[in-house]
Amino acid sequence: MTDTARSPVRRLTGYYGANPLHLLTLLASFALAGYAVSRVVLGGPWLGLALWFVGAAVVHDLLLYPLYALSDVAARREFRKGEFAATVRGVPWINYLRVPVGLSGLLLLIWAPLILQLPQGAYSRASGLSTSAYLPRWLLITGVLFLAAAVAFALRVRLAGKAAPGDDPPD
Amino acid sequence: MLGRLASPPAPPGPFRPRFWRSPLRGPWLTAVFSVVLLVGVSLVAVTGFLSYAAYNPALGGNDLTSGKGLLGFYLFDWPTEPVWLYRVTQGAHVILGLTLVPILLAKLWSVIPKLFDWPPLRSPAHALERASLLLLVGGAVFEFATGIVDIQIFYGIFPFDFYTAHLYGGWVFLAAFLVHVVMKFPTMMQGVRSRSLREELRTGLADTRPEPPDPDGLVAVEPAPPTVSRRGALGFVGAGALTVFALSIGQTIDGPLRRTALLAPHGRDYGSGPNDFQINKTAATVGVDTAQTGPSYRLELVGSGSQQLSRADLEGLQQYTYDLPIACVEGWSTQQTWTGVRLRDLARMAGVDEVGTVFVESLQSGGAFSRTTLSGDQVRDARSLLALSVNGVDLSLDHGYPARVIVPANPGVHNTKWVSRLTFMAPGQ
Repeated sequence: MTDTARSPVRRLTGYYGANPLHLLTLLASFALAGYAVSRVVLGGPWLGLALWFVGAAVVHDLLLYPLYALSDVAARREFRKGEFAATVRGVPWINYLRVPVGLSGLLLLIWAPLILQLPQGAYSRASGLSTSAYLPRWLLITGVLFLAAAVAFALRVRLAGKAAPGDDPPD
Repeated sequence: MLGRLASPPAPPGPFRPRFWRSPLRGPWLTAVFSVVLLVGVSLVAVTGFLSYAAYNPALGGNDLTSGKGLLGFYLFDWPTEPVWLYRVTQGAHVILGLTLVPILLAKLWSVIPKLFDWPPLRSPAHALERASLLLLVGGAVFEFATGIVDIQIFYGIFPFDFYTAHLYGGWVFLAAFLVHVVMKFPTMMQGVRSRSLREELRTGLADTRPEPPDPDGLVAVEPAPPTVSRRGALGFVGAGALTVFALSIGQTIDGPLRRTALLAPHGRDYGSGPNDFQINKTAATVGVDTAQTGPSYRLELVGSGSQQLSRADLEGLQQYTYDLPIACVEGWSTQQTWTGVRLRDLARMAGVDEVGTVFVESLQSGGAFSRTTLSGDQVRDARSLLALSVNGVDLSLDHGYPARVIVPANPGVHNTKWVSRLTFMAPGQ
């Protein structure tokens, strides 16, 4: 297509990198977000809020994600280096470790303030109770999860042992 | 054109496509998480904005945020019917929000290679879109984190007011969420249709293969051998959601099941007595003691004139008993049997036959909820009480002795405890 045949819309599209509707939709979104921010700015301290907002994305993307992804890679590598094979009688064990660690970690991620007793004063003033109950409860749940995974793995290995050799292990 | 400028080669590490090895990432898996989040996050958003409406922020002093401006366009007089309205909307907001955490994490995992797109900015359109994604991801994590920290009474960590931050942060998130849904809906539907869910649920590890290459680059160029099937991954995320749900739902249920909320802040057992149910603020915390609530206690009733009523005077008035829930903004709730004087009877005693609002004040010193305004509709409901007793016995001090407000479907903090003055006002006053 020659330049003379291009309409202004096409020229804009070419420079912008998407069609004008894309631009309008995003601008509308930013306008709404900006208006909401102006409500907060009126209210006073907004810098802390802005830091939390950007910090939230950074903490997830550059801290939490690498942490759990690298732990997973490390778990698989380290155990393989040692005397553990990746499978026992053809049954891979990694998911019997991932699931209890993942679920226990998820509960810790959500309930960390209570489990680590961070709001002890405020919590007991509000509810009349102590936060000391939460760490043992989380440990107990974690123990049950690992026990369940161990039992499930043992059963799976037993089943695999009974199956004819050479059979594909179930996942 | 910007897009055609030669860009430097990607730095090593996550900016290179070969860095991402997971054989499961792909448009289908991402789309499955997206569908769940689209429904779930919409419900959490709607119930969240309803929670603001439930506070009747248009009434004097009720708005705890810095000023709603145009964003209060949807507000309406919060009804008293059905009585479980706030119990359900706010319970859903909190419990569903918690349940979505693993699904949100899974969704973010599934698209994380896009964070390291290279070149980082291909065109003005791409730059704006990425800015919008920062609001989307920052907003989502911000809203979930502030909500989760708040229900654990960990206010100390906030350098801002929770109500203002969570509400207007919610609007910022919603702005980015809506535009994301509009732009990605076709991609999501295409992703969902690209594979059969039933087929995936029948496919074990041995037969798990990467999805075909996609234009967005979610599928790994050099996938590692799979260690889990797609159904295994979905099961893992689902088990996470189920675990969080099962350990939280108890705080909205009365009876022995409440104790299943093992890690939730208000799933605890107080005992078996008539006053042994959840406390949101103890009397000691807000400086209320027995000296103020003893024989010298008087309720000041203000309307056309002013009068003082002792607790015995209040007991001498016609009493009514109703089963009403008390439901907290933090998501927990409980139903109890309350007995006391109707607010509308007190309004008549005060000489205000047609009530516009009532301003309720507490003995408690300070705190955002030492005073509140209830609407005329709330006062007129026959079940709206100034409660003197609960489950057949006097209120305990922590539950608001000598007298507390209980109004159907009202947020818990507006059911003011230790009421010291009721000022009834005619409409427009």
